[in-house]
Amino acid sequence: MKRIGVLALQGAFKEHIEIIKSLGHEAIEIRNAKQLYNLDGIILPGGESTTIGKLLDDFKIKEVLVNKISNGLPVWGTCAGMILLAKEIDGNEDAHLKVMDIKVRRNAYGTQLDSFVTTGVVEGVSEKEIPMVFIRAPYIVDIDEKVDVLHKVDGNIVAARQENILVTSFHPELTDDKIFHEYFINMIK
Amino acid sequence: MDDRYELNKNLAQMLKGGVIMDVTTPEEAKISEEAGACAVMALERVPADIRKHGGVARASDPQMIKEIQKAVSIPVMAKVRIGHFVEAQILEAINVDYIDESEVLTPADPILHIDKKTFRVPFVCGAKNLGEALRRIGEGASMIRTKGEPGTGDVIEAVKHMRMMNSEIRRIQGLSKEELMNAAKELQAPIHLVEFVHEYGRLPVVNFAAGGIATPADAAMMMQLGCDGVFVGSGIFKSGDPRKRAAAIVKAVTNFNDTKILAEVSENLGEAMVGINVYSIDKEERMANRGY
Repeated sequence: MKRIGVLALQGAFKEHIEIIKSLGHEAIEIRNAKQLYNLDGIILPGGESTTIGKLLDDFKIKEVLVNKISNGLPVWGTCAGMILLAKEIDGNEDAHLKVMDIKVRRNAYGTQLDSFVTTGVVEGVSEKEIPMVFIRAPYIVDIDEKVDVLHKVDGNIVAARQENILVTSFHPELTDDKIFHEYFINMIK
Repeated sequence: MDDRYELNKNLAQMLKGGVIMDVTTPEEAKISEEAGACAVMALERVPADIRKHGGVARASDPQMIKEIQKAVSIPVMAKVRIGHFVEAQILEAINVDYIDESEVLTPADPILHIDKKTFRVPFVCGAKNLGEALRRIGEGASMIRTKGEPGTGDVIEAVKHMRMMNSEIRRIQGLSKEELMNAAKELQAPIHLVEFVHEYGRLPVVNFAAGGIATPADAAMMMQLGCDGVFVGSGIFKSGDPRKRAAAIVKAVTNFNDTKILAEVSENLGEAMVGINVYSIDKEERMANRGY
């Protein structure tokens, strides 16, 4: 049984917690830096990246979290989580944790009217088509060679991995398909 | 349409654990975003001013909403009058992220709410009890909030509505299957939604608190009562130090169970908005009684 933290400052963290538990692992809501110790992995959920980013600073979680990730703690960012992990944000905005060598574009598809759902086979992750839900989603506009592209939709990078860091523009936690959660848990040695 | 409705419910899920703030200018929108709001509600006058000025309150000027959309990257919501489907069509045309069919504005239809299923844009609606919430969801709302009593800074009605909803949900959960149709009749709610509540013990959409929340403690109390997040209307920009109060309410919602943090963020916030006791307002003047 693995101990997976889910950052619970704002957003859809309960959805991740339910899936982790249904896969037989322990899921812990993370609201301060102390709770970051003794985790096997951590998920940064969807929500508003500006809100979560500010609260990471306010509650002094940022430094410890960056440290843990830099030292190999497996981490998965969905949607807002992807934005938090990126080294660069397209436009003039300051990036947050700056641990992954990607540049992301926020609200890359537009407003809520441009949110969409599609399906696809993610090589190395799923053998069959899985549903992908994009909610005011970001995508990756630039990557370093250290980053592996896992999936593209319409030519845009929407899933990628750099060693212990996994990011998806879409939300597997909003669907019944648990394959991405299994993939993440298997990243934990 | 099914996909669209799911996507619209999903956006509400992303707002959970957050604070949605009423703003009347791009500057206020910016302050809210910097304070950690997960979305803003663009409107010309906050409820406290609508209450003060009287007259007919309508949807905001699209130009003003567009300026707020330009100022921030977080979702922008805007209000339409109950039943005013053309105001809603206009807001959909300018790509707002969520429409609030709101009792804060003067109702435009004496009997009907908007048929929200004919829209692609998501709707949030107010409710005082479970029946009202399920009727709105039946019409296509993808998010619910308590009505409370807007523009008062008095939290009592929001508490009443939240407790009412919780208690009715528990009652429905405890019924036997054969009692559900009668419950649907009593609640005046669609049977398939009553069946959902019976099976899962919750609404099928996200449920926020709204109407009278003015302090971090108010917000945390609503969270402890089980709501998914909080709308703050007049409470922020009618207070002495909006920036500080906004940030404090955001932190209180995240840490709604941590009394030490609640005490810290409640310190030194300056003046809260001047409140009006709900029960000193004539029943006919209460906004929560608007809607069907």
